[in-house]
Amino acid sequence: MLDVLIVDDSAAIRKILQRVLRQTEVPIGTVYEAGDGVEALEKLRQQTIGLVLSDINMPNMDGLEFLTKMRAEEVWKSIPVLMVSTEGTQAKVLEAVERGASGYVRKPFTAEQIKEKLVGLI
Amino acid sequence: MTTNAQAVPTISQEELVQAIRSATEEVFTTMLNVAVTPGEVFVEKEEVEPSSGVVSLIGLAGSWVGSGSLACSAGCAAKIASALLMAPYTAIDDDVLDAVAEVTNMIIGNVKTALEVHLGAMGLSTPTVIYGRNFQTRSSGNQKWTVVPFTLEEDRMCVQVCIAPNDDSGKKTTRTGFPVPHLLRT
Repeated sequence: MLDVLIVDDSAAIRKILQRVLRQTEVPIGTVYEAGDGVEALEKLRQQTIGLVLSDINMPNMDGLEFLTKMRAEEVWKSIPVLMVSTEGTQAKVLEAVERGASGYVRKPFTAEQIKEKLVGLI
Repeated sequence: MTTNAQAVPTISQEELVQAIRSATEEVFTTMLNVAVTPGEVFVEKEEVEPSSGVVSLIGLAGSWVGSGSLACSAGCAAKIASALLMAPYTAIDDDVLDAVAEVTNMIIGNVKTALEVHLGAMGLSTPTVIYGRNFQTRSSGNQKWTVVPFTLEEDRMCVQVCIAPNDDSGKKTTRTGFPVPHLLRT
């Protein structure tokens, strides 16, 4: 079973992503939630996470800073991170990939787009 | 005579309207599975009467600065949340306000992406949502709001953007703000 961390300041998006995850064929265990990068790092320290889905624009610590801090820790380097963000420019996608994102989905998204990306990551 | 003036990046009213329409339709079709019908575009009316309902605001900043917002009635906000979260909502609560904020974030975020092609990189603030009765809005600066009304079933909502070059002129003025759909007025 794969424990997942969803990082987004919108409770609505966290609910939607959780619903989509449950529809995949991937055996999902516990889904943890964080409202920003600071909370997300705390959850990573407390739990054994196998997959992260993260927004970019968030208060306190945005998704790109969170990604950089996460990838700086050896123990979290191999965890797949799928960025799910309204930021859709090529430059932003490239920046996310350079900082260690494993995949990128632009909002608005369909459930199929998320499922497709997850199959490639897990 | 020669000039050293550099061409200032700009965007036409039609391009802005098209960006708003396209982003709104895509968000509603993709995330809510609901069709919206665009209405006749207008530029901010001079007098804005007190209004009621839900207004969600997001700031844009960069070489151009401004704001984007979505305004609708409480009933329309509940419908948006019901469609987004696939659960029935009939009154305003935290889930409904959060859903409207996220829909606004996706719409204005995609408008920003379209504008960045013309105007260069911009930042996006996190949304602020206001729900109340008999309130008025004010905008700092002199830019006009471009308002695109949409019909969502029998409800009306407005997606609006005001954006102008960031000349950092230091002029601080307060003026009448954006219009909330007149149907919301008490």
